[in-house]
Amino acid sequence: MIDRSAPAPAPALPPDAPGPDPAPVLSLNGVHQVFPGARGDVPAVAGVDLEIRPGTALCLVGESGCGKTTTARMAAGLAEPTSGSVLFRGRDIAAMDRKERSVFRRAVQYIHQDPYASLNPVRTVYSTVSAGLRRHRMVADGREARRVTAGLLERVDLTPAGDFLDKYPHQMSGGQRQRVAIARALAMNPEVIIADESTSMLDVSIRVSLLNTLGRLRDELGVGFLFITHDLAVAKYFAWEGEIAVMYLGKVVEHGRTPRVVNDPAHPYTRALVSAVCEPDPDLARTKERVRLRSADIPDLTDLPPGCDFHPRCPLYAPGACDTLRPPLVRGHDRLLACHVVGRG
Amino acid sequence: MTDPRTEPSADPGPLLSVRGVDIAYRTGRRSRVTAVHGVSFDLHPGQSMALVGESGCGKTTLGLGLLRLLPRNGLVPAGEILFRRKDGSTADIRSLGAEELRRFRWSEAAMVFQGAMNAFNPVLRIEDHFLDTFRAHETGRPRRRAEIREESAHLLEMVRLDPARVLDAHPHELSGGMRQRALIALALALGPQLLILDEPTTALDLLTQRAIVERLSELREELRFSMVFITHDLGLAAELADRVGTMYAGRLIETGTTRDIFYRPRHPYTAALIDSVPPVSGGLVVPESLPGGPPGLASLPPGCSFAPRCRHARQVCGERRPELEVLHTRGDGLSHAAACLRSRELAAEGATRD
Repeated sequence: MIDRSAPAPAPALPPDAPGPDPAPVLSLNGVHQVFPGARGDVPAVAGVDLEIRPGTALCLVGESGCGKTTTARMAAGLAEPTSGSVLFRGRDIAAMDRKERSVFRRAVQYIHQDPYASLNPVRTVYSTVSAGLRRHRMVADGREARRVTAGLLERVDLTPAGDFLDKYPHQMSGGQRQRVAIARALAMNPEVIIADESTSMLDVSIRVSLLNTLGRLRDELGVGFLFITHDLAVAKYFAWEGEIAVMYLGKVVEHGRTPRVVNDPAHPYTRALVSAVCEPDPDLARTKERVRLRSADIPDLTDLPPGCDFHPRCPLYAPGACDTLRPPLVRGHDRLLACHVVGRG
Repeated sequence: MTDPRTEPSADPGPLLSVRGVDIAYRTGRRSRVTAVHGVSFDLHPGQSMALVGESGCGKTTLGLGLLRLLPRNGLVPAGEILFRRKDGSTADIRSLGAEELRRFRWSEAAMVFQGAMNAFNPVLRIEDHFLDTFRAHETGRPRRRAEIREESAHLLEMVRLDPARVLDAHPHELSGGMRQRALIALALALGPQLLILDEPTTALDLLTQRAIVERLSELREELRFSMVFITHDLGLAAELADRVGTMYAGRLIETGTTRDIFYRPRHPYTAALIDSVPPVSGGLVVPESLPGGPPGLASLPPGCSFAPRCRHARQVCGERRPELEVLHTRGDGLSHAAACLRSRELAAEGATRD
């Protein structure tokens, strides 16, 4: 049963998970981000609540322009929410003093999408990875910095580390560069890593080994992950024991444990995404049931439709509630869902 | 409508027959690096073939080479690219002169380049691209602008774009998916028998990808063109291809029907590629990682190029280079071939799956 009377302000996941959840290390409470634009305000993120816990992964999936990256930037403190708050260990990051902020900056690390753009081309691997160590005086001298850096490179499978310390980005492959970016993030002993499409530019073969490297950090070091991807297969694999939140036009429309969301999607948008995947299996590809959308075009953020944002494309659209009332994200028996039609049934 | 995959008897022979093609790039006055080695395959009318493999395996070079669209330092020093032309004659694309090539391209074989943004001229409207294409490649009396506009509108409708909105737009005013669809419409403008598509859905959103995949399959049924498409997305290959060719280090190392390739891969590299893709349907399948990367083209290892990364490699693999060998030919003449010294042995052991 779904309680539609009271939209939860900061909904926690339904308690069907094994064992008690540890307290969240990072939480987003009703964050909004509105960008001023020539044709009016652009509500890139419109009220998102998320919690990231140690040693678990939360995957944020959705199409480009749905607000995934803006949400990630707010979570990392790289963009200030227009309204709402980001709490690190329960403390609002907007209210932090310099010292607290410095701790937050080290504890929450961001890995960018493009390893070709995120590394300084004139710095060696050693220089890039050790910059934070030296800046925050986490090492006593150059010798120690080199030793610690070598250890970090081994952690991300750049072995033997000696071969990589003095290399420049152009001397490495995309996968190796992305590992350098991860090592740089790891140098700060982060509690949370925010990875924004960090594997999407890599070949499939390299993608898996990079995901495995990140998975080890999650499982062995207890790092919490906010993992942004448009690839459902990657989300499923990386967050199988965690959660997936599906975003559409700045809002979360479905959020639950990964196996539930991927294997039994409820929101028509999630169903469309799951059914759209090209599976590496020719028989399945020919027999798989596909959700047909009513329109291929995503509405403009400056001119959102009344009611549910998805209704102009939704195959389950029913006149009445769908085109007049925006469905709130409410708690069902095994997930959070924002849909008038599915929620009713 | 008959299925081209099960229609061997009516088949008058391949549309495209690639025989022992090498493609090289000049790197200096006397030096060159060979990017594609001895590639051979046949493509029959109406068939679609996927070329798969990691970046740097020569897929794009081969695609460009087939239409002689290589950059200035590229050359095809060996082999034949035989194409059955609309008039029934067979021509070797390698030996076409400049004028013949201009008439051949687009009206008989067209290319959809990777990155739809870069394929358009940013200062020209979409209509101008159609106009230029028709004027440059159509033979006979130049047609009036209005006539071409009408035909362009029809082509855009074929890929489900609104001509009123798209024809007068500049490329930057369209979304990535709309640009990609416009590019496909443009490639189909002169009714080619062959379409070569380089990563047609990469960098597009999932629902946009789905729309393009479905439209491409429908158009292929309607217009009966053949496709060669280059992709690193095995899901796309599974869905759109009748046949798959795996490329590694510039060589075609396995070819077969899509079902053979996905259900009975006979080259450890193909098997490893497939195993590295986690499926979305069903329970959790832990994908296998494939460490390392393809070798540099200037420093190919002796023997099998894949041996240094192959978990089934034996000493002999590092010494002798395997040729592409037919393992099995089906009743309809389509065969499954792999270039692996141990492929029969591994299949018998069940090391590659069955």
